[in-house]
Amino acid sequence: MIARCGAPGAAARAVCIIAAAATGLLTACADRGAGPDPARLLAGPPPSSLSVFDFFEDAASGAALMPRPRVEGYTLVNALFSDHAVKDRHVYLPPGSAIGYREDGVLEFPVGSAILKTFSLAPDLRDPSRGARRIETRVLVRRAEGWVAWPYVWNAAQTDATYAPVGARQTWDVTGPDGKPLHIDYRVPNQNQCKTCHQRGDAITPIGPTARNLRAVHDDAPELLADWRARGLLKGLPSGPLPTVERAPAVADASSPVAPRARAWLDINCAHCHQRAGSASNSGLYLGWDEPEGTALGIGKRPVAAGRGAGDALFVIDPGHPERSIMVHRMDSVEPGVAMPELGRSVHDPVGVALVSAWIAALPRAAL
Amino acid sequence: MSSTRIAAVAALLGLVTACGKPADSVIQPGAGAAEALQRRLIEAKPGDIVTLAAGRFEFTDGLSLDQSKVTIRGAGPAQTILSFKGQTGAGEGLLVTGDDVTLEGFAVEDTKGDGIKSKGADRITYRDLRVEWTRGPDPKNGAYGVYPVESTGVLIERVSVSGASDAGIYVGQSRDIIVRGSRAELNVAGIEIENSSNADVHDNIVTRNAGGILVFDLPDLPVKDGRAIRVFDNQVFANDTPNFAPPGNIVASVPSGTGIMVMAASDVHVFRNHLRLNRTAHVLVAAYFLPTKDAAYDPLPQRIVLHDNFYGPGGDDPQGMLRPVARAMGGRLPPVVWDGVDTFGGRTIPDVLDMLEDGSVGFIDLGLGSTPVDLTAARPRIQRPAPSPSRPVEPPPVHLAFDPAAPSKTGTPGDADPTDVLHEIIDAAARLKEIDKPAPSKDAP
Repeated sequence: MIARCGAPGAAARAVCIIAAAATGLLTACADRGAGPDPARLLAGPPPSSLSVFDFFEDAASGAALMPRPRVEGYTLVNALFSDHAVKDRHVYLPPGSAIGYREDGVLEFPVGSAILKTFSLAPDLRDPSRGARRIETRVLVRRAEGWVAWPYVWNAAQTDATYAPVGARQTWDVTGPDGKPLHIDYRVPNQNQCKTCHQRGDAITPIGPTARNLRAVHDDAPELLADWRARGLLKGLPSGPLPTVERAPAVADASSPVAPRARAWLDINCAHCHQRAGSASNSGLYLGWDEPEGTALGIGKRPVAAGRGAGDALFVIDPGHPERSIMVHRMDSVEPGVAMPELGRSVHDPVGVALVSAWIAALPRAAL
Repeated sequence: MSSTRIAAVAALLGLVTACGKPADSVIQPGAGAAEALQRRLIEAKPGDIVTLAAGRFEFTDGLSLDQSKVTIRGAGPAQTILSFKGQTGAGEGLLVTGDDVTLEGFAVEDTKGDGIKSKGADRITYRDLRVEWTRGPDPKNGAYGVYPVESTGVLIERVSVSGASDAGIYVGQSRDIIVRGSRAELNVAGIEIENSSNADVHDNIVTRNAGGILVFDLPDLPVKDGRAIRVFDNQVFANDTPNFAPPGNIVASVPSGTGIMVMAASDVHVFRNHLRLNRTAHVLVAAYFLPTKDAAYDPLPQRIVLHDNFYGPGGDDPQGMLRPVARAMGGRLPPVVWDGVDTFGGRTIPDVLDMLEDGSVGFIDLGLGSTPVDLTAARPRIQRPAPSPSRPVEPPPVHLAFDPAAPSKTGTPGDADPTDVLHEIIDAAARLKEIDKPAPSKDAP
């Protein structure tokens, strides 16, 4: 159906529209190939399939997604751990618009823009991009009234993804990063679960694209922010080099100090809920980058509503003792009701657990 | 075009939703039911009633409702069962984040975390529900049965919870709360009102928990200073289950056999409750006893008033941290125990407790003086504290605009009062419970 819609000629298109109408798929017959239709992003229900948006050229199995014009790929310094999935990120900007620069927090995306995150898993996680298959694409659309979040699940042929408001489950048996077999009970979150993580007060917001997290990982790497500025895609960023933007320490960079990396890991993996306007506001545990070292960060903090999530431990962080810290216990667990984050993972992040454990081990007892 | 043909064309176009009334359709148990229900909850519009048929629904993931003004209605807490025995994801069985939601007529069983949680969900009603961990008390059960938090307007009625490893019915960091006609059994705490204000907890049956009814105020939380809480007309008996909470949780410190415990909250009035066979103490009033760095937190309870409660046998086998204290006193505690803490950070207050019970009701002041508490510093005495100079006033009844039992200005005299019906149910249940119990050798002093 979609292939026929793309056929040239008015007659072919007319046939296509009739056929589509008969099966209730009228929405599938937009002008494929012209790039996203700004009107579709401003109003109306989510399209039934990802291809209808026209963010990408026709997808094929084993081939990377090829963005249309005004759809820009980007990477983050640090990403939320999602069962070892590799994430390809794109942002769409409607014609004549640009992202507003902000030194703190998420950049200001214009109305009509969209953020796309495509999750893929490889059969051997020691080479996570080789043979990777797309599982889902999460679409965040910035409308006048705020952000909306729509999940799409890719088909077996890897040619398109279908709108899946209730999410999906997939079982993956792969080779883990340590070379051992790893069973992943991968879960595509449902639409409400999207909001659980992307919530600020009553509104939905992106998490990853902050200036800090969009910086280049190394001094000699090209700066995406500077590139966007030069191309008019980013406004409000002063000209010249980017010294004013602090760079998030890369979690994976084993050559840099442990503490900032551990805090960066907590920031990107926990702070979307564990902040004062987030889903875990009631816990009183706040794990954002700017949180000072104290009770609210978990140091000497007793559990409140953790229940059995607390295990046998007395404190969220027991300085010097990761093995007695609830934080590590919950990061290490895969049991629902214990595991943190609650959503988005079925296996633990060995890098994160080791890093946060090392940070807690080095915290002075006097901090308690 | 005939209506039949319109329907046929609509069906052909896959547009049934525009013509039929799927919003009123009943969700049946069976294959695909979990997904159908979650989809229905995601697509619900304000005013919708999501109806669940009788039967058993099995879930592998948590459910969530983010829309406002939606009712989820089952065929009854014994008929419509949502089982989460096979749950492999999410922190609770059902999460509600919309306002003006009503949950009624179903059961939630064996969730891996909390049973039903509502967060920032104002004017929520939990009615005719059952939340249960079917294997009985177990540290691996979820923490809370029903768990409204950060909400204004909470009505919990005819809800039964058993097996929770923290509190069966828990209301946290909320205000304007009614918990009534409910039953909490075999939990660590039966009912807990925590860091919350303006609450009426009445006409509940609370039995076989470790602690019956807890009114707590805790540090290091965004909402503190819980106050204006009335606990009355509850049946609180035989709370004798060993405390099975994980050790780090504050509720793990509640001695098994505690009837009603007030910790660090203010303006709490406890009256006309029926307390018996609680082996540690019927009523325990205490300060928050651990060190805290929370500068905005007051660990002292203030203006706690006790009057007209019925105290049956109890206090004969004190547990937990009160056991050594009781041992020094011959192994028993009187019905009312106060830790005697009135001082914190060098400040002493004169109005912690008004013990207004009849002179025949036993009382002990453990004389601990200040918090953080050192139990070895106990200097027990039986004298009651002097009446508060501030003469505490009972908080006004909680009225919720959305409460169907709230007194109506337009009601005519002679109309049946729904709360009367509630009382009948409770009295009947209490009588049944008494039949199960061996007759006590002696009754109240």
